[in-house]
Amino acid sequence: MKILVCITNVPDTTAKISFTDNNTKLNKAGVQYIIGPYDDYALARAVELKEQQGGSITVLNVGEAESDPQIRKALAIGADDAVRVNAEPTDSYFTATQIAAIAKEGGYDLILMGRESIDFNSGVVHGLVGEMLGIPSFSPVMKLDIEGATAKFAREIEGGKEFLEAPLPLVLGCQEPIAEWKIPNMRGIMTARTKPLKVVEPVAVGDMATLDQYTLPAPKGACKMIPADQAETLISLLKTEAKVL
Amino acid sequence: MVLIFVELDNGSIKKTSLEAVAYGAAVAKATGTTATALAIGTADAAELAKAGTYGATKVLHANAAELANENAMAYASVLAAAVKNENAEVVILPKSGLCDAMGARAAAKLGASIVSGVTELPDVSNGFKVTRSIYTGKAFATVDVKGTVKILGIKKNAIEAVEGTGSATVEAFTPALNNGDFVAKVTGQEKASGELSLTEADIIVSGGRGMKGPDNWQPLLDLASALGAATGCSKPVSDLDWRPHHEHIGQTGIKVAPNLYIACGISGAIQHLAGVNSSKVIVAINKDPEAPFFKAADYGIVGDVFDILPRLTKAVKDAK
Repeated sequence: MKILVCITNVPDTTAKISFTDNNTKLNKAGVQYIIGPYDDYALARAVELKEQQGGSITVLNVGEAESDPQIRKALAIGADDAVRVNAEPTDSYFTATQIAAIAKEGGYDLILMGRESIDFNSGVVHGLVGEMLGIPSFSPVMKLDIEGATAKFAREIEGGKEFLEAPLPLVLGCQEPIAEWKIPNMRGIMTARTKPLKVVEPVAVGDMATLDQYTLPAPKGACKMIPADQAETLISLLKTEAKVL
Repeated sequence: MVLIFVELDNGSIKKTSLEAVAYGAAVAKATGTTATALAIGTADAAELAKAGTYGATKVLHANAAELANENAMAYASVLAAAVKNENAEVVILPKSGLCDAMGARAAAKLGASIVSGVTELPDVSNGFKVTRSIYTGKAFATVDVKGTVKILGIKKNAIEAVEGTGSATVEAFTPALNNGDFVAKVTGQEKASGELSLTEADIIVSGGRGMKGPDNWQPLLDLASALGAATGCSKPVSDLDWRPHHEHIGQTGIKVAPNLYIACGISGAIQHLAGVNSSKVIVAINKDPEAPFFKAADYGIVGDVFDILPRLTKAVKDAK
């Protein structure tokens, strides 16, 4: 089985977000980068499926050279080789077009990625890629097994989950608890250094949405503290002052 | 023309979808055109005509038997057919799992721009600029949407939906369906019944590790029931299986935007705050005065949740 796992290179969930260059660029000073947490679940499940059934895992990132440490980490976790499309991922349509171009060449049985990136939170790349390739796509997938040429999986729906079966190839947007995150071991880290990482240039895509500027939310006012022995006054404040009851 | 997809829940238009209609109608007004709604699945004409009171002049209703199950691929094909049929230039979807999935596939079919997580009406004075939430609510990006067809996924509370006096005609919409959209077989479903949906709820009461165990949830459920609120929880709580996974609110769970969010015994880790920072008013109840949640909250009570919650429930009931 050939699996393609698409990963994003994103600021750590605890990163403080600020902007530079007239609010047109993320201020990267002091920001730690990670593999997108949802992508990390997708990668972990791919490694487990490969352990069960054999096959290969290619990891794909659309990003600039600063993604390389995260790509090496994915190789250390268990991917066999990697492709980086050398471009800043500016828009979902752009990113999906790049992924679809790579996927078309590779003939993958399964294309896994996170349900959304944690920088732009769009949650649409898997759907775009599926349609561009003319194959089904599902998200958010929280359980996945492969039996022959059929995927058996569960998708989170409002208030519960839905169980599905569909023939491969498929594109799936993943989330917990599809697998436990994997931490690379020393052997993995050593072998990752020599695994192939191919850098390719992006295919051209017309402008679909271009950044005007970034803004930060207005600062939150001070929290109004209510003494515990007067907790009941909270309800009247929510009614008369906050007007939310 | 502006086309708005409305999501149905047991034959009723969801509240976030009525917001989407109001949003679409406002965009139509600003661009000098009309708004049409598209509903897929079973609903009666009187319910669908409700879209008229929020500003749509027409409702397309696709109700083929094959479309009874929420199927994002089939729904995307219907949406794309409606866009072509009606010559829609702007498509509005409420932000949800189904809408993201069908919006994405429709965008690829149409070669359309897609922008998800939109928080305000577009600025159409110079181009078509929309502001969207990014970094899980930690920031916003204003983007100029360039595609000939523009698909927007709007967040809850992107507009205040006010019911008006308008009316809409309801028309059956019967595009050809593609077999390829029905390759997946639904083999089962587990769904909590009668629960308020977290993404639709106006009030959410949520619990963290401070609730000290799965058997201690009753005081929280009582307050939620008195307030007519949905219930949520933090990641550790769902990881420990104290509460089901679909209640997990936060960066890697559900992102919510209620009018009122009451956090009980949740410390307020940045990953949790990322899921709730679009709430209008936040209340934190925690015994630790240093809990980070108090920095993100509008109202705070330092105290024991097991003492405070029953008293709040009583105060709510007394005030009724």
